[in-house]
Amino acid sequence: MKFTTPAGTNPIDQGKIVGKPTPRIEGPLKTTGTARYAYEHRDIVTNPAYGYVVGSAIAKGRITGIDLRDAKAAPGVLAIVTADNAGKLGKGSFNTANLLGGPDIEHYHQAVALVVAETFEQARAAAALVRVDYAREKAAYDLAASVDSAVKAGGNNAKVGDFDGAFAASPVQFDQKYTTPDHAHAMMEPHASIAAWNGDKLQLWTSNQMIAWGQGDVAKTLGIPKENVRLISPFIGGGFGGKLFVRADAILAALGAKAVGRAVKVALPRPLMFNNTTHRPATIQRIRIGTGQDGRISAIAHEEWCGDLPGGGGENSVAQTRLLYAGANRLIGQKLAVLNLPEANAMRAPGEAPGMMALEIAMDEMAEKLGLDPIEFRALNDTQVDPEKPERPFSQRRLIECMRTGADRFGWAERNARPGQVRDGRWLVGIGMAAAFRNNINMKSAARVRLGANGVVTVETDMTDIGTGTYTIVAQTAAEMMGVPLDKVVVKLGDSSFPISAGSGGQWGANSATAGVYAACVKLREAVAQKLGFNSDDAVFAGGKVRAGKRSVPLADAAKTGEIVAEDVMEYGDLGRKFQQSTFGAHFVEVGVDAATAEIRIRRMLAVCAAGRILNPVSARSQVIGAMTMGAGAALMEELAVDKRFGFFVNHDLAGYEVPVHADIPHQEVIFLDETDPTTSPMKAKGVGELGICGVGAAVANAIYNATGVRVRDYPVTLDKLLEGMPEYA
Amino acid sequence: MHGPADFELSRRGVLIGGAASVAATAAAPSAEAQAAASAGAGTPVMASVTLKVNGKAHALELDTRTTLLDALREHLLLGGTKKGCDHGQCGACTVIVDGRRINSCLSLAVMHEGDAITTVEGLGTPEKLHPMQAAFVKHDGYQCGYCTPGQICSAVAVLDEIRAGIPSHVTGDIAGKPAMSADEIRERMSGNICRCGAYSNIVEAISEVAARRKA
Repeated sequence: MKFTTPAGTNPIDQGKIVGKPTPRIEGPLKTTGTARYAYEHRDIVTNPAYGYVVGSAIAKGRITGIDLRDAKAAPGVLAIVTADNAGKLGKGSFNTANLLGGPDIEHYHQAVALVVAETFEQARAAAALVRVDYAREKAAYDLAASVDSAVKAGGNNAKVGDFDGAFAASPVQFDQKYTTPDHAHAMMEPHASIAAWNGDKLQLWTSNQMIAWGQGDVAKTLGIPKENVRLISPFIGGGFGGKLFVRADAILAALGAKAVGRAVKVALPRPLMFNNTTHRPATIQRIRIGTGQDGRISAIAHEEWCGDLPGGGGENSVAQTRLLYAGANRLIGQKLAVLNLPEANAMRAPGEAPGMMALEIAMDEMAEKLGLDPIEFRALNDTQVDPEKPERPFSQRRLIECMRTGADRFGWAERNARPGQVRDGRWLVGIGMAAAFRNNINMKSAARVRLGANGVVTVETDMTDIGTGTYTIVAQTAAEMMGVPLDKVVVKLGDSSFPISAGSGGQWGANSATAGVYAACVKLREAVAQKLGFNSDDAVFAGGKVRAGKRSVPLADAAKTGEIVAEDVMEYGDLGRKFQQSTFGAHFVEVGVDAATAEIRIRRMLAVCAAGRILNPVSARSQVIGAMTMGAGAALMEELAVDKRFGFFVNHDLAGYEVPVHADIPHQEVIFLDETDPTTSPMKAKGVGELGICGVGAAVANAIYNATGVRVRDYPVTLDKLLEGMPEYA
Repeated sequence: MHGPADFELSRRGVLIGGAASVAATAAAPSAEAQAAASAGAGTPVMASVTLKVNGKAHALELDTRTTLLDALREHLLLGGTKKGCDHGQCGACTVIVDGRRINSCLSLAVMHEGDAITTVEGLGTPEKLHPMQAAFVKHDGYQCGYCTPGQICSAVAVLDEIRAGIPSHVTGDIAGKPAMSADEIRERMSGNICRCGAYSNIVEAISEVAARRKA
């Protein structure tokens, strides 16, 4: 099915099941420990060997020798895979660095060997006996010191009007720099895979967000046909972008299994993950805003400096500034330096997450400079069209309503705009807000649906559920379309033998994958109608029956003589080009800052979101509170500390890389504006999983400023950065 | 008897013997150090242990290096207990041993002869959920589900700890009875990381179970 014109009324609009708060259908499995993750398919793989990865001890250079004698002689060792014996390996289309290093080393903890043994304990002990000699090369690890070597890169370089002239002529000018550090996904389930070969066919149980990409890149890396690779990933213990791509666990498990002629399982040890896999790169951002005395923006510029391995890309933190606020004269640019740190790549809302952390502080600062309320300043500069192409409207844009709704709910009117004035015992109290913004993306997505003689509808798609709630929204979609209750739908996900879906990334999953299920269900409805002798245009599917006029037949009857199978793919025309499809929101945060120690505590959080039809308010709300939590982490604690001499992230575990814990997060509130967007798909939905992280960090930082009067522009906002400027303690 | 000098030599030797990629020719390790190094990589030392897991006794012959976590996951095939970090930083491996919650990754299996171990599988089943499991489903107290078994085991034990009067960092009067409050729950649950960020919902799930049992 091709989606080329805005959706009219369709069965999803009934809203009997889609849009209703629905507990996750896989909940009983997850809460009882019976959901099987990548490393746990022991019911199928009964006698695996264990692989343990050895990571490079240098960041850049060459291996001059590997001594495997002691490791090979260690008890239980079956094989050791290194670049010397792995055969010729390719590089995945989505990888920047090779997944098995040697002799050249591209980054610290790049895998250099896999030790395979009978048991995990034996593999781990033997891995410690692998002796590697290196020749270290001089390399670049310091972003701030590499700014001058950065060159124009990425997809966000744009000029509209005359920025320089308009900025110089602006009565009110603002020019500031902000920095965001390297961030780690730090998902709870480590990257893990079990590999088993059957002749030349490889089966991989792995933890991967994008099954078809993964299948392709495993094949490309190993130099085998794609058809010979099957990926299975029914449950994924978090990804946040860190599992968009094939990583070393999958490739080394496959190589290890080949070497020992037996299934091999590999999980990346937690302390290896931070440097072995990908991360969100640090950014340096410069923002300039010029306005009239009335606060209307006439010139806006946002520039990024970022670093990555050769061949990599930048963070794109300037992306939202092309679309979020009005202004006739605009300058957007990004520059990229070569850094020999581990591979930079996508992490939840790549671009907007750190970009909004900077832009939305800048808007707060500019509002204060103008003497305007931060919400009024933003509202004044709202735009209903793409500022670079005014003939191109937003499909929907209710940013102002998000801000006003949030202001009412949060008690914004009581906020004292003068910082450092509100005291609650030992706490200085502040309130801050920020806009939320993230684009909607539609991706081609296919599904297969089966109607069984028992009336059960089974959906098969290689779509993944990374905690996003896919199982449930797919079931809701099929149930609504086929007119059956939720418990008559079975959902099977994450298997490359199923039709290729959108996958999970870029907050495109929910709308795209359910639209694919919609398309398949339309075909199934046609097949059922035909089988039962209905005109498919007249047939109504409801209550487990198919009805037209006075005639009503149980749905299951259509499959009496055999299962009916339908498959289709949803593809998109140019609506996404004609209209700018984006999601909007507003974040509100109240913090307390200890007047003596500057300890920061978040006291209240609210997000108001406008993101099209909300397919399941339960899981959508969870997506947003989870993103708010990750945003709070980015605001207050998350920072990979770079060793600029040797080129690695020093705090490479969950004690050193701090993420929010229970005690850091208060009760969180989320409001969804009631809306549908007919330009996105027949589901009229948009993404929401990344919207929630975009802006929240700045809302926290703005609240801290409101509490203390100290403006911190280098994330994370930690107490050491506040202490010097704190109000006199009384 | 070893003097301080022997200890220094020995510790240095072990470091040399145990570290990958350090030039082994730099110093000849002492005999003691070589013994220590080869014990680390030598024939596994096996031991018998009987673990009472979810009410059922399991006699196992284990490499003594096997953690309780790996004994559960790899030997008893109880995959519900999760390995998130394998060194006590994330809480995904939390199980209840003789009524107390522990990180099973920080405990060797052979230390638990005869101990009563409850894992998430022992609390309830998909068909018959434990009240805490049902509350997590109702309040959407999870997303990816990987930290969930640890959160649930921890939550069950936390309510018992509060009821038993064990104070925490946020207990105002440590001689008094700790309150069954959201702050107490948040503090005590802080060893269980949820990167998906379901904390707000998890606390609501636990609070509901706490209130129900109080009534």
